[in-house]
Amino acid sequence: MSEAPMPLWEVFIRNRSGLPHKHAGSVHAADAAMALQAARDVYTRRGEAVSIWVVPSSAITASDPGQKDELFEPTASKIYRHPTFYEVPDEVGNM
Amino acid sequence: MYTQGLNVKDEHPAAAEDAAKLARFQAKIDAEDKIEPNDWMPAAYRRTLVRQISQHAHSEIMGMQPEGNWITRAPSLRRKAALLAKVQDEAGHGLYLYAAAETLGLSREEMVDQLLAGKAKYSSIFNYPALTWADIGAIGWLVDGAAIMNQIPLCRCSYGPYARAMIRICKEESFHQRQGFEIMLTLCRGTPEQKQMAQDALNRFWWPVLMMFGPSDKESLHTADTMKWKIKRFSNDDLRQKFVDATVPQGHYLGLTFPDPELRFDEASGHWRFGEIDWSEFKRVLAGDGPCNRQRMKVRTQAHLDGAWVREAALANARKRAERAAAARIAAE
Repeated sequence: MSEAPMPLWEVFIRNRSGLPHKHAGSVHAADAAMALQAARDVYTRRGEAVSIWVVPSSAITASDPGQKDELFEPTASKIYRHPTFYEVPDEVGNM
Repeated sequence: MYTQGLNVKDEHPAAAEDAAKLARFQAKIDAEDKIEPNDWMPAAYRRTLVRQISQHAHSEIMGMQPEGNWITRAPSLRRKAALLAKVQDEAGHGLYLYAAAETLGLSREEMVDQLLAGKAKYSSIFNYPALTWADIGAIGWLVDGAAIMNQIPLCRCSYGPYARAMIRICKEESFHQRQGFEIMLTLCRGTPEQKQMAQDALNRFWWPVLMMFGPSDKESLHTADTMKWKIKRFSNDDLRQKFVDATVPQGHYLGLTFPDPELRFDEASGHWRFGEIDWSEFKRVLAGDGPCNRQRMKVRTQAHLDGAWVREAALANARKRAERAAAARIAAE
């Protein structure tokens, strides 16, 4: 028989470049403090991080891949949200 | 290595899959899109990946043993620090891979149970002993070299979580091979006895390392699906040839000879041709009868049992603290 399951945590790390925390992977740990420790050992062995977040995996709500089209497709036709949609004469220079 | 889980035939009866879903799934793969955990996938794709990723994870964990034995006997502090870091990396790689396999619906506890019950396999190479310090050099240079050759195409595997884990692993593993080659180079530039140690390690590891790539394509008939699904991208023999071509000149640079009288450079094709592998040995080791199979399983099982009270205590402590925090909240209200 299998042992009692160890809770699962998702690990997010921020690297030196100052970019947002990014998902790195997951770890199993009994509580948040141990999850942080495990995340440090598993995901930051080469100075990858200046900050770590751990979040219980069960607390994450994800979008349904089946609804991908209706959720994300509408933006494809909204090209006026991009700067290249607008014409600025070359003489004006960078804008 | 580490793709030995892909050499097994999927014995499950073919389930009737929804043709429309199957077509959409294959179109996605053909377009080089990644399949993600919540996406629809055929049952056989899921089973193949669970078997392959979990066996890959087990290989990383079992692979800590032959090298771990030498940490306390490393010849210098530099070598000891490098070996410690390498063995720690293997543990990390096992954990990335268990996490990737878990996204397919199997818990880590179940995977560990399968390993300890002998139901899941791990790479045949770890059933060979590391007898001398030179073996640590040979393992880094050859075993990790072969692993990298096998793993680089897996970075483009169609299953997202596996591909992402492999990218991290490949980045970290290039130091493993270089430190192994450096050990070999130091020995080969040392006394005649030290060079002989390096030669002896190469003699013992060469053939088992070639076996890591799995059965010959003539024998292995299970690649059609895994190729179509873009889990596997090159055949066993192609990868083996690539490895031989890359490695033979490195061995000659060391001034060593390979234990294969048939090894010769074929000008016409530009490849190193090598002799026939002893497949009966490969089958024997895979079936559990290699030099160290029993010892490796015994050590792994004992380590797991020895850690049981720690896992239990950590869970009990987390429960107690959560209960206390809840009680304090109620008292404060």
